[in-house]
Amino acid sequence: MNDLTNARSPAVTTASPLSPEAPVRAQVADLSFWYGKFQALHGVSMPIEDRRVTAIIGPSGCGKSTLLRCFNRIHDLYAGVRYEGAINLMPDGLNLVSRTVDPILVRLMVGMVFQKPNPFPKSIYENVASGLYVRGIRTKSEVEGRVEKALKQAAIWDEVKDRLKSPAYELSGGQQQRLCIARALAPEPKLLLLDEPTSALDPIATAKIESLIDDLAKDVTIVIVTHNMGQAARISDQTAFMHLGNLVEFGETEQIFTNPKADQTRDYVTGRYG
Amino acid sequence: MSEYQALQASPFLRRGRILAAVMQALLFASAALSVLITGAIVWVLVTESLPFFTQVPIWDFLTDLQWTPVFTDAHYGILPLLSATLWAAGIAMLVATPLGLILSIYLSEFARPSVREVLKPILEMLAAVPTVVFGYFALLFLTPLAKQFIPGLEGFNLLIPGIVLGIMILPYVVSISEDAMRAVPMALREAAFGLGMSRVQMAFSVIIPGAFSGVTAAYLLGFSRAVGETMVVAIAAGQNPNLTGDPREGAATITAYIVQMSLGDLPHGSLVYSTIFAVGLVLFVITLIFNLLGFFLRRRFREAY
Ligand SMILES: Nc1ncnc2c1ncn2[C@@H]1O[C@H](COP(=O)(O)OP(=O)(O)O)[C@@H](O)[C@H]1O
Ligand SMILES: [Mg+2]
Repeated sequence: MNDLTNARSPAVTTASPLSPEAPVRAQVADLSFWYGKFQALHGVSMPIEDRRVTAIIGPSGCGKSTLLRCFNRIHDLYAGVRYEGAINLMPDGLNLVSRTVDPILVRLMVGMVFQKPNPFPKSIYENVASGLYVRGIRTKSEVEGRVEKALKQAAIWDEVKDRLKSPAYELSGGQQQRLCIARALAPEPKLLLLDEPTSALDPIATAKIESLIDDLAKDVTIVIVTHNMGQAARISDQTAFMHLGNLVEFGETEQIFTNPKADQTRDYVTGRYG
Repeated sequence: MSEYQALQASPFLRRGRILAAVMQALLFASAALSVLITGAIVWVLVTESLPFFTQVPIWDFLTDLQWTPVFTDAHYGILPLLSATLWAAGIAMLVATPLGLILSIYLSEFARPSVREVLKPILEMLAAVPTVVFGYFALLFLTPLAKQFIPGLEGFNLLIPGIVLGIMILPYVVSISEDAMRAVPMALREAAFGLGMSRVQMAFSVIIPGAFSGVTAAYLLGFSRAVGETMVVAIAAGQNPNLTGDPREGAATITAYIVQMSLGDLPHGSLVYSTIFAVGLVLFVITLIFNLLGFFLRRRFREAY
């Protein structure tokens, strides 16, 4: 597993926050990524501001998921992948993609929600508690408290509080996705990654998750991939537009959608692009 | 102290890391052990059969039509033993292939769960019957019975043990191919139904192709078992090396010869003694070829869901 990351990525680098008013939670610095010989990211740099929502948009196959999955090193599951550059977690500037940084510890700090709801074949309660057990939190009262808190944060508590012991598979798709969000939130991650979390859901479930993301941003830093322009505009504070593995434009969401600087961005957000 | 350093220092997580490392080492050790044992077996086979191949030209071994190692006029042709082995295993496959396919499709696609819960254990009980019982069942029950319908069937023959072998490997074949078929995702079944296919059409055009690698592996494994099976053929096919194209005759298989020779007391180091290892090596090569075949077939037809 050691050859996954590049020696040129030092474990700790220092980078100053870009905008002084909003502290930076993570700094992506000249990040490149390869699937074998295929380079999927080309020198991406952008700040992830603390307790705000950053959206990554762009046409299908442009590398949105690839970029998101660098943040918690999920790529390390597969052979032949390679990182270059850095994602520095602030305030100490720990480079999440460095070879010397333990990917398991990275995942303990960075939570993730996937495109399709993927609850474990266990009860609702056990699903949310899973992440706590991994961290050695086993005291019954503490686990119960944190499960309840996470389920409330994920706006699903009222719907499941009377059947915490029933299998997660009995929930609807939208409920399952909120359960997965609760599962990711229970260990209180520094950073929450969401990869098209509503693309498999109906409009009502989507609306619920959007409003939940809005609330969550008070406490958690969120990076979300979406192919839904409206969604990006509604819920994000900052937006990154990607194309063919390059970061084309990054800025405040309002600016990206009303006054994009790059022609490619304008074409995409106005729907003139595929 | 940063959160990362705190996590690094956490005793709970450190214990987890150590446990994971220990587990990984144990897993590697057991994998290495199995490789080591296989290597040792091959080494013994090769070194013990070396005296044989230094005295008997390999060409004679492969082409001589007689196998008479204990006669004064000794011949060392593997063909009689090999043909008997392939006859018995081939007949077994002729029985097990259609039966196994039908049974596994029935169990995975048609049987109601309650029926499956009853049928599967019964089928698996077949695998628990001692092979010596199958052997005498073939010799003392099936052969006399079959003699009434098949003229010219000898008391020791290849046909009946072959059929019994086929029934013997059925549980293995069905169990593995049914698992492979059930692993085909429900979404593919829904897609097949959505196009208006019947269950039978779905089974043949979606389930079998979808489970191809598993089903193939099941049959190759079944064939390897049939080739290596000893008791049934030693008891019911006779111990007489006989190069024949007629499965109604009896003939000693490779395994029957090995067990026959191992029972007598052969002087260690004699030529006859090393014949056991030489024919054993042939048996090993046959199963190796089939396992390799299975490996490449699976690589070629790998389904990824
Ligand atoms: N496991 C993989 N192996 C090789 N190439 C991949 C793999 N996953 C994605 N890619 C390629 O990387 C590029 C970006 O993919 P991805 O990040 O999934 O795009 P999206 O923006 O749609 O999420 C695409 O060209 C895709 O074909
Ligand atoms: Mg994607």
